[in-house]
Amino acid sequence: MEKHSGFGLIRHGLSHHEHWPRMWRNPEPKPRYDVIIVGGGGHGLATAYYLAKEFGVRDVAVVERGWLGGGNTARNTTIVRSNYLWDEAAWLYEHSLKLWETLSQELNYNVMFSQRGVMNLGHTLQDMRDIERRVRANRLNGIDGEVLDVARIREIVPLLDCSCRTRYPILGASWQPRGGVARHDAVAWGYARAADALGVDLLQQTEVTGIRRSMGRVQGVETTRGFLAADTVGVVAAGHAGVIAKMAGLRLPIESHPLQALVSEPLKPVLDTVVMSNAVHGYISQSDKGDLVIGAGIDGYNGYGQRGSYPTIEHTLQAIVELFPSFSRVRMNRQWAGIVDTSPDACPILSATPVGGLFFNCGWGTGGFKATPGSGHVFAATLAAGKAHPLAAPFSLERFVSGRLIDEHGAAGVAH
Amino acid sequence: MFQLYCPVCREARAEEEFRPKGEARIIRPPVPEAASDEEWADYLYFRTNPKGLHTEQWVHAAGCRKIFLVVRDTVSHEVAGSWALGEAPVVVEGAAEGDSR
Ligand SMILES: Cc1cc2nc3c(=O)[nH]c(=O)nc-3n(C[C@H](O)[C@H](O)[C@H](O)COP(=O)(O)OP(=O)(O)OC[C@H]3O[C@@H](n4cnc5c(N)ncnc54)[C@H](O)[C@@H]3O)c2cc1C
Ligand SMILES: [Zn+2]
Repeated sequence: MEKHSGFGLIRHGLSHHEHWPRMWRNPEPKPRYDVIIVGGGGHGLATAYYLAKEFGVRDVAVVERGWLGGGNTARNTTIVRSNYLWDEAAWLYEHSLKLWETLSQELNYNVMFSQRGVMNLGHTLQDMRDIERRVRANRLNGIDGEVLDVARIREIVPLLDCSCRTRYPILGASWQPRGGVARHDAVAWGYARAADALGVDLLQQTEVTGIRRSMGRVQGVETTRGFLAADTVGVVAAGHAGVIAKMAGLRLPIESHPLQALVSEPLKPVLDTVVMSNAVHGYISQSDKGDLVIGAGIDGYNGYGQRGSYPTIEHTLQAIVELFPSFSRVRMNRQWAGIVDTSPDACPILSATPVGGLFFNCGWGTGGFKATPGSGHVFAATLAAGKAHPLAAPFSLERFVSGRLIDEHGAAGVAH
Repeated sequence: MFQLYCPVCREARAEEEFRPKGEARIIRPPVPEAASDEEWADYLYFRTNPKGLHTEQWVHAAGCRKIFLVVRDTVSHEVAGSWALGEAPVVVEGAAEGDSR
């Protein structure tokens, strides 16, 4: 692996950038691996990286039916924050946020993590009570957070309509200065490149079509390129988690929905932070290229089609224009959808299953990009030890039977 | 965007008039006290979530406010047909029968 550096950039510039090496190999599958990861999104790639890097498991394959990071990882609006209400969730997301803070150095790859702050607006008295409660809970957990009044919001985001003429006037906000955004593709590519350098086989264009089992244990996966044996299989397939569960004779408390986003034409810098609103339901930031990145809510029906309905977009843009009247003339460039795996308590599932050696990491729904490093890290620990990492333990499938749900519908109320 | 046929109003209307209400025909444990924790979990939280035909409930929110059944392909979003609650949907490979659409 060629080490990236400022000097290297200049050197490659001198040869017109024609000699950059390939970032990863495109290997032939081996018949057997110690661990197979199903799904080459950010979470799957991060899992493989930490397995090889921290847990000494280097005989690993990542099996991806399309291209690396082509699922929700490349389709999300990249908001990163850790201000969740309940301890279990806050610890998991904060573990992740800490890893984000050094990720570019760790991977020697610029993931463009930009801690520009994340603001959650409150529009009703109940919103403000929830915000106060959540910010206090966060601070008790050592997570940065402030409650802002309207005067402070105006200072930070001058374009926001903070008047009382709006249909849902802004009353205040929560503010997490360490939150921000990152470059989604770079996260997948950075993990892929670093995992490949540690010996992980990245098998693209390889679809898992079956889970072979015997005597209640997993034997390996059937794929479009033949059978691959492994005693440990970790499924990290987001919207397709249920499809793969079915291959193993399992059901999940998950439903797959379209989640849409859109970007505008590029503008001069106008918004240097992330603004989200649960009540009117929209979230927006501005990318370094200048386009406004806008996220919608899920389409209410189940869908695997990677596209959603027009009324959902219309509803989102109404919210954005209500918040930022000056954006009403901005033209939108592109719109798309991912398939998100929503769970009943808006929290992920990191869990063993009734099939020995078969683990699932899914249910991140509308908000798992921020968790990419932490999810990969604790899932790798879980696969390496064959038992849940302490931060992952509360997120087992068992919670739906015991009733110990971790209700994050408040903190995850807006899809992000 | 798609259209749904409301079997009560007997008209096809824009998707926007309706709200999806999830997987249909999930049966509540008949003797609640006798149901195990696993059975409750399955009833409350676990779902079929198929990639393909899905039998689901919709409510005609901006119309008659009645709930009815729809069979819809979750990949193409193509609607195979609508039925009143209690009717048994009949779906033949790609096409639909019944009160259609
Ligand atoms: C529009 C939108 C906006 C979002 N905004 C945010 C946000 O602002 N902040 C945030 O934190 N999160 C956000 N999310 C959620 C976030 O994108 C996801 O939670 C996260 O990216 C999931 O990562 P993953 O690696 O688990 O899944 P994915 O990146 O979807 O990877 C799963 C992979 O599994 C592969 N796969 C599926 N089936 C098979 C098979 N049979 N065989 C082999 N491979 C298979 C898929 O091809 C895919 O590449 C958003 C999502 C969307 C769609
Ligand atoms: Zn009707």
